[in-house]
Amino acid sequence: MGVKLLLDKAHIEGIRYFDVYRKNGGYTSVEKALKMTPEAIVEDVKKSGLRGRGGAGFPTGLKWSFIAKPEGIPRHLVCNADESEPGTFKDRYLMEFIPHLLIEGLIVSSYALGSNATYIYIRGEYAWIPDILEQAISEAKANGFLGKNILGSGFDCEIYVQRGAGAYICGEETALIESLEGKRGNPRIKPPFPALKGVWDRPTVVNNVETLCAVVPIINMGGEEYAKIGVGRSTGTKLISACGNINKPGVYEIDMTISVEEFIYSDEYCGGIANGKRLKACIPGGSSVPILPANLLLKTAKGETRYMNYESLSDGGFATGSMMGSGGFIVYDEDQCIVKNTYTFARFYRHESCGQCSPCREGTLWMDKILKNIETGKGKMSDIDLLWDVQRKIEGNTICPLGDAAAWPVAAAIRHFRDEFEWHVLNPEECLKRNYGLAHYADAREVVA
Amino acid sequence: MKFSEEKLKKVDDIIARYPEGRQKSALLPVLHLAQEQFGWLSVETMDYVASLLKLEPIEVYEVATFYSMYNLKPVGKYMFEVCQTGPCMIKGSDDIIAYIGQKLGIKPGETTADGLFTLKTVECLGACGYAPMMQLGKFYKEHLTKEKVDAIIDECRKSTAMNN
Ligand SMILES: Cc1cc2nc3c(=O)[nH]c(=O)nc-3n(C[C@H](O)[C@H](O)[C@H](O)COP(=O)(O)O)c2cc1C
Ligand code: SF4
Ligand code: FES
Repeated sequence: MGVKLLLDKAHIEGIRYFDVYRKNGGYTSVEKALKMTPEAIVEDVKKSGLRGRGGAGFPTGLKWSFIAKPEGIPRHLVCNADESEPGTFKDRYLMEFIPHLLIEGLIVSSYALGSNATYIYIRGEYAWIPDILEQAISEAKANGFLGKNILGSGFDCEIYVQRGAGAYICGEETALIESLEGKRGNPRIKPPFPALKGVWDRPTVVNNVETLCAVVPIINMGGEEYAKIGVGRSTGTKLISACGNINKPGVYEIDMTISVEEFIYSDEYCGGIANGKRLKACIPGGSSVPILPANLLLKTAKGETRYMNYESLSDGGFATGSMMGSGGFIVYDEDQCIVKNTYTFARFYRHESCGQCSPCREGTLWMDKILKNIETGKGKMSDIDLLWDVQRKIEGNTICPLGDAAAWPVAAAIRHFRDEFEWHVLNPEECLKRNYGLAHYADAREVVA
Repeated sequence: MKFSEEKLKKVDDIIARYPEGRQKSALLPVLHLAQEQFGWLSVETMDYVASLLKLEPIEVYEVATFYSMYNLKPVGKYMFEVCQTGPCMIKGSDDIIAYIGQKLGIKPGETTADGLFTLKTVECLGACGYAPMMQLGKFYKEHLTKEKVDAIIDECRKSTAMNN
């Protein structure tokens, strides 16, 4: 069993309620933090090596140290609970089952950043979760951990829950800020960065749910101890939400030293490929990161074991690697059609583009159309090159990274599974009835063994 | 066109979460309240929300049209929002969508003649490990099978009959 820092108490009956949570060691990080200076907390988080768990992996302590502190202007912490990247459902798990862990992390982080009014922006479809969070907030308040003069420290803090209304783009931090201001979720042009001018033009830090939960063990054990868990620049533990053709889909906490092979095949985690099928491909970090065929997933291009951490998953760059992303781990067995899967993602990004930049607005529309044609047997060989060309013209040419996020999955699918696209074009009738079938890149495990 | 007293109180509580003069921030939550009460957002409803929050009506229309959860036309009493993105697709969401459509005699985007059911396809709802799935009102229905869909439809019909 690996180290568990976030989900160690998740199985305890009634952990959703304050009394049970508190009895099991909850809220000690608040007691400890309020005796420290905010600067010392930021230092501790820096030492922990914690990297943002929302997808980009930016060092959290460093991000916190950037927040501007102009005289007389309030600052805000905003928790990003928009979780909408296909394959990702870990934040939901945290909020639904151990809401007090997030509230605890938010109190400590709000103190470190000087936020007296902190907001949780949660995707609107998670409609039952705000009740759970608000219950936890009122319990924390009744016990003196929130509200005025917390534990007699002189620090005041309120936490509010705000629901979104169905827009993936509102997970992007500046779009989230716009949405919190009651506007359309159009990302802002940076600079200015939120650390200087965020919500209501005030200095703002936006952090992911899991990032803020991780602050609790960091304060409890100290940043240096936390940094000893994991490997290299992948410190601490990471939640992985695993789905697709595996025996045990679900949310797992890993210390980032295990191999991808162990994660997929061991009974402690995914429990192997379902129905006795063979592994074909995997998207290890949510729909935006490159898909990898089985042989490049379990071993890097150099033939070394691939591990479940930031560095190892991106080993080989986009040519032969992928990314940790949000930790949305999607597994495909030998029967799955990569073209169809890529088409559903293209449709997703077309639907979610906010429409501000033409490369993203038009490009996602084109990719959706072309992929639909190929998938339904109406594609031409030249469409594959056209698709490649369109995705290249989006990447790097937009206001926010949604454009890249839409381009990368298409690029990786063509890069690694071009023969499958060609087969669709050459077999327009057959491709409606069956998938490409087992490809040469599948089944790496047996080749490896 | 007016909110219940209870909802008006809620609107005040929501506005109080933001700094002075920033009541526009309450727009998304208040539109959710409006949809809860009226089922969908008519122009009249949006104008009412604008007056409550002291906004121009256009500011409300802009937002209501941007976010996919706001219904700009009437929908059935029960809306089946079935996810069709990759992870759900590989677990058979296409079959579930086709099955519901066939059973209710409607296509995605349509409502049954009795106004009871609407079928809608949506993108990833953050339940990929419990696929295939759909949203029904405030909650998710996960690990869907044809039998489970049958049971859900029966239950909706029963609870409507009981309340009539
Ligand atoms: C299109 C897009 C969608 C995003 N969606 C999310 C999301 O749902 N949740 C999240 O935490 N971060 C999301 N992000 C990343 C945020 O912009 C931001 O980097 C993150 O909230 C920072 O928190 P962290 O440093 O704790 O990870 C998204 C980014 C982009 C470009
Ligand atoms: S890249 Fe796409 S989503 Fe991002 S701002 Fe431009 S149009 Fe909007
Ligand atoms: S793909 Fe259906 S819930 Fe994520």
